[in-house]
Amino acid sequence: MRQRVRPRTLFITLALLCLLAVWLSLALGPVSLPLLDTLRAGLRLIGLPVPGEGLEQAEMILGQIRLPRTLLGLAVGAVLALSGVAMQGLFRNPLADPGLVGVASGAALGAAVAIVGGSWLGGIPDWFAPYLLSLCAFVGGLGVTAMVYRLGRRDGQTNVATMLLAGIAMTALGGSAVGLFTYLADDATLRTLTFWNLGSLNGASYERLWPLLLVVAAVALWLPRRAQALNALLLGESEARHLGIEVEGLKRELVFCTALGVGAAVAAAGLIGFIGLVVPHLVRLVAGPDHRVLLPASLLAGGTLLLFADLIARLALAPAELPIGIVTAFIGAPFFLFLLVKVRS
Amino acid sequence: MLDVQGLSLKRGGSQVLHDINLTLRPGQVLGVLGPNGAGKSSLLGALCGELAPSTGQVRLDGRGLEGWSGQERARRLAVLPQVSSLGFAFSVEEVVGLGRLPHASGRQRDREIVEAALAAADAGHLVERSYLALSGGERQRVHLARVLAQLWPGEPGTTLLLDEPTSALDPLHQHTTLQAVRSFADRGAAVLVILHDLNLAARYCDHILLLEQGRCHALDTPQQVLTPAALRAVFGIDVLVQPHPERGHPLIITR
Repeated sequence: MRQRVRPRTLFITLALLCLLAVWLSLALGPVSLPLLDTLRAGLRLIGLPVPGEGLEQAEMILGQIRLPRTLLGLAVGAVLALSGVAMQGLFRNPLADPGLVGVASGAALGAAVAIVGGSWLGGIPDWFAPYLLSLCAFVGGLGVTAMVYRLGRRDGQTNVATMLLAGIAMTALGGSAVGLFTYLADDATLRTLTFWNLGSLNGASYERLWPLLLVVAAVALWLPRRAQALNALLLGESEARHLGIEVEGLKRELVFCTALGVGAAVAAAGLIGFIGLVVPHLVRLVAGPDHRVLLPASLLAGGTLLLFADLIARLALAPAELPIGIVTAFIGAPFFLFLLVKVRS
Repeated sequence: MLDVQGLSLKRGGSQVLHDINLTLRPGQVLGVLGPNGAGKSSLLGALCGELAPSTGQVRLDGRGLEGWSGQERARRLAVLPQVSSLGFAFSVEEVVGLGRLPHASGRQRDREIVEAALAAADAGHLVERSYLALSGGERQRVHLARVLAQLWPGEPGTTLLLDEPTSALDPLHQHTTLQAVRSFADRGAAVLVILHDLNLAARYCDHILLLEQGRCHALDTPQQVLTPAALRAVFGIDVLVQPHPERGHPLIITR
């Protein structure tokens, strides 16, 4: 068997990488700050007694712009990766993606309704529009997932194969509705819609961060409690039942956590693909499939990877900014193909 | 101990089991034989609670199956399905370790039990391997070790249900597997095992249930059940039955 990395080594490495990503994410951007200034300003921000002369500008950029953006990236990446683990466990397939249960397409539909519908109504105040967008995306994601879950149920049992097919159908249906809104939208609205669909960590603010952080904390605390049950589920549903796992409850929790987590992430940052698919995969390659390691490691790796992707998005065409969904897909899709070929051989 | 009286079962509108009565007793191995589609796996499904019977209640240690919590039940009743699909690269040790989930016996004890169960299934040498790199027969033995670990050491009060545990095994491992099952029963476990090989059943089972189109054709000792007349009636094969020259159990020879 291929040698696995010990969990302790893995966690230390991931924690260091994560700190590095946070540091770079705080320092780099249109106004690049010297790394040491960033460190000092960062330490002052969390209340450590560091001498602060000459740091006013750094502290302001950090506090107002870079810190909320960095936290947003960490939270979104972490919850997308956790949801990926949950879905790959639910479908017992390492190539499953959080989008499978329809949450992403539901959120996209909600966002399209908010953006295009809002422009027709005309009267949405500018300060309220982002909140309306997030709310509609969140509700849309949760709603479509609930429908997919309902469609997969029969006689008190959830059939994941039916759910998978229902998810595909609902995704297509959602896509056509979004397409219709796109067709009906005017040019300015179209631009907003397109950029939202590509995802961005731009415009992060503390007010929009808190709900997401709460959701991420809830999912991140809940899923690891079910790590052993997820391990058993990989054997098969009846095998897990014979090992004493309440499988129906577990499936419900996994779908709910994913809908909540991805819904909140998409609501805050738009559609960001491939993190949920690729991160659990990478961690499994390095550390094996045991969910007691996989879940916390994916949480760290997901946040870290998304911060690095955001750095590329910010720096590649600076001072302009790429939508982050383009970056994750550009890296993620070839990686996915690589996995497909490797799994087959 | 597992017990059911008057068990009937419908699947997809057709009656697949009719009025089955059986009791799995501590220390005994009951073999279930019958042609394809006779209802063997449906019987196992009903006995472990996967399929809801239309009549008859399955009782584990005197209490209906649904009256047990999942974990309590898993400490007494283990099930080995015909095929398991595990597509993730767990090590063999981890797969067998999953059998210890219903218990809180501690890491050290669990490790000893995993080792003992793997040895019983003659799979001790696979412990470090990745499950995905194993052959079909090796995987089958690893899953056997997993269910043995779940009930280890097989005390009275534990019940083991096995669906064709030897289907992918070479001749030697057919015997080592059933020997492991036999010694599990000798320590007090009640065992039901679905088999296709009549001679393996004759050698290792205390009782045999012969199923025909969902009905019990016979339920008795191998000597009583495995007769040329019964085997012709149920399987449509012509056989000679002679006592095994060394061990005395019936030896079935196709003519």
